Amino acid sequence: MSDNIATLDAVHAPIADPPVVRVTRLRGAVGSDTAGNAAVGNAAAVGVAVDGAAEATPGSATADPVASGLSLGGTTSTEKTKKSRANTEPLLVRWILTLIALAFLGLFLVVPVAIVFVEAFKKGTEVYLASVREPDALAAIKLTLLTTAIAVPLNTLFGLAAAWGIAKFRFRGKSFLITLIDLPFAVSPVIAGLIFVLLFGARGFLGPLLEARDWKIIFAVPGIVLATTFVTFPFVARELIAFMQAQGTEEEEAAIVLGATGWQTFFRITLPNIKWGLLYGIILCNARAMGEFGAVSVVSGHIRGLTNTIPLQVEILYNEYQFAAAFAVSSLLTILALVTLVIKKLVERKTHQQLKAGQVAAHE
Amino acid sequence: MKIEVKNLSKAYGAFHALRDVTVEVPPGELVALLGPSGSGKTTLLRIIAGLEAADSGSVLYQNDDVTERSARERNVGFVFQHYALFSHLSIYENIAFGLRVRKWKNDAVEKRVRELLKLIQLEGLEKRHPSQLSGGQRQRVALARALAPQPQVLLLDEPFGALDAKVRQELRSWLRKLHDEQHITSVFVTHDQEEAFEVADRVVVMNHGRVQQVGSPDEIFAHPANDFVMDFLGGVNVFHGRVENGRAMLGDFVIPYPEYSEGSPLPATGYIRTHELDIDRTPHGEGSIEARVLRINRTGASVKLGLSAQERDVTAELDHQRYSELRLNVNDTVYLFPRQVRIFVDEKQGSANGALNGSSKNGA
Repeated sequence: MSDNIATLDAVHAPIADPPVVRVTRLRGAVGSDTAGNAAVGNAAAVGVAVDGAAEATPGSATADPVASGLSLGGTTSTEKTKKSRANTEPLLVRWILTLIALAFLGLFLVVPVAIVFVEAFKKGTEVYLASVREPDALAAIKLTLLTTAIAVPLNTLFGLAAAWGIAKFRFRGKSFLITLIDLPFAVSPVIAGLIFVLLFGARGFLGPLLEARDWKIIFAVPGIVLATTFVTFPFVARELIAFMQAQGTEEEEAAIVLGATGWQTFFRITLPNIKWGLLYGIILCNARAMGEFGAVSVVSGHIRGLTNTIPLQVEILYNEYQFAAAFAVSSLLTILALVTLVIKKLVERKTHQQLKAGQVAAHE
Repeated sequence: MKIEVKNLSKAYGAFHALRDVTVEVPPGELVALLGPSGSGKTTLLRIIAGLEAADSGSVLYQNDDVTERSARERNVGFVFQHYALFSHLSIYENIAFGLRVRKWKNDAVEKRVRELLKLIQLEGLEKRHPSQLSGGQRQRVALARALAPQPQVLLLDEPFGALDAKVRQELRSWLRKLHDEQHITSVFVTHDQEEAFEVADRVVVMNHGRVQQVGSPDEIFAHPANDFVMDFLGGVNVFHGRVENGRAMLGDFVIPYPEYSEGSPLPATGYIRTHELDIDRTPHGEGSIEARVLRINRTGASVKLGLSAQERDVTAELDHQRYSELRLNVNDTVYLFPRQVRIFVDEKQGSANGALNGSSKNGA
């Protein structure tokens, strides 16, 4: 700015002012670079070249690059060393901190996971396979898969609809709806199970009505599916709301103005844009649906071979002191958890990239 | 196709985005909606497109009431400020989108897309994705995508707002050229008066949800309807003062104002454009005031002077020739002669008749 406002003696070269500055900048940079190399050393010299030229006025940059460059270079290099020292702890402290962190991780994460497998194979592969192939265990696996196969798609559909509504439209009661979606996270799973018992149980609110038609919900598969669906209800919705809100509505608006119907907009624009977020939500939902214990435990009735899911089966086996079998069945869930984590990591990387690309596209 | 907007009002809660707006866009014209942010110009554009619904009033396309029709059925081309390109689709598929949802045959799509790629000079880049293009290229793709289904109306929301100055300038002239070739009725929103005046056939100046003035760029520049328009166009010195006894007292300027000869003073604001303020070394005649030169900026097509006239900052513009003749230096004392002063009397605060408002007066 101050370059543009000239005084009396500068009248002769008025219009060419900015280019002149640029040229001297270059000269200043080259000059101080070589000078700096000789005097201070390479690392500081780079800093000098840039700083010196930018700070100096056109005249002084050409006339005296070395002097101004050196003083500036001196300050930057000392600051650098101070900074690097300030950021590092003594070696001993570093080692202790690292060890504590590793010990904690090992004790609370690695050892338990390892124990599951060690205990599962303690009596050999034979016993392991037998425990997993046992009819009650197989029934539990089947029921878990069935429950998941119903609950996850249901919550996916619901989550998509809710997120679409919340992220793309303005309406009254929106924040209340968001709070409502979070409810299953806030309520203890046991309470969630009890809600269904109170609602559909023999003495429950709708009990007589169901009994008259001979429909069994509590202590049967429908109850387990209901409880699981309730508990895993927020996963997809929450994930997608954040994702869709970050992406905004402009692409959808563009599609609609171009003549696309609601379905065309959804399948051609919205869905491709949210697919990684959706997958992430489904993975989390799936993991919880398979592992859910509290709510399912209340509504299931623990009937072996009929209403036992994997987590319930593990509990029963453990209570009967069949440790190897309990751990063998547990290992199935653990493997699932590990696989989920790996997929989650991959998807996370993808979603992050996509969101970043979207934001760059929006702001450039 | 003619666009008519009649008595549109729109409020977001307590905020009135539009208040009883009536605008007509003649067929084949390029019209700019110009105003500061919050003036309602974008809301008006979105209501014309059908992306937003008005609280009251109607939108007519060629005497056909489309108020209740969805954006999808209106067949308009819309260009968003941040492009809103479909990030997961190639440039080719972006442009083809409007044709695909209209179920065009593949070879017809191909022909149209090639045509548009040629028009926007991006042939050969059709396989790229939007993130691989520069801002200017993206906005051209957005324009091609909007034009592809041969819309009757083209609406652009701050189309160049997110681009840097040079690209903006290029796209501006390109849009004007495009419009001269295609003659599609177009409306674009801008807050940049220079852009509006350069590109548009007709400018609608808006503020606080109301239309302030409609006219050709020449008309608006020569005859600003009110003090807001005068102020918004920029490049003016503002003097607050009063009118009484056939004179306007604006700070140190005293200018004959025969339109108001009564004794009771009325508050008034005078505007003097920076290039309508003459400067001389000697006082002569009436109506001149003394000033001191504070700053001189010779970098533009004209020389800008920062002056102080009795504690008041005044800006004046001279051509380079006049500037050399005067041999001005900082701290010189000069005399200011306004060639034209526009005086707007605030009738609300006074008791005088309203006919005074907006009259302009040649002073000195």
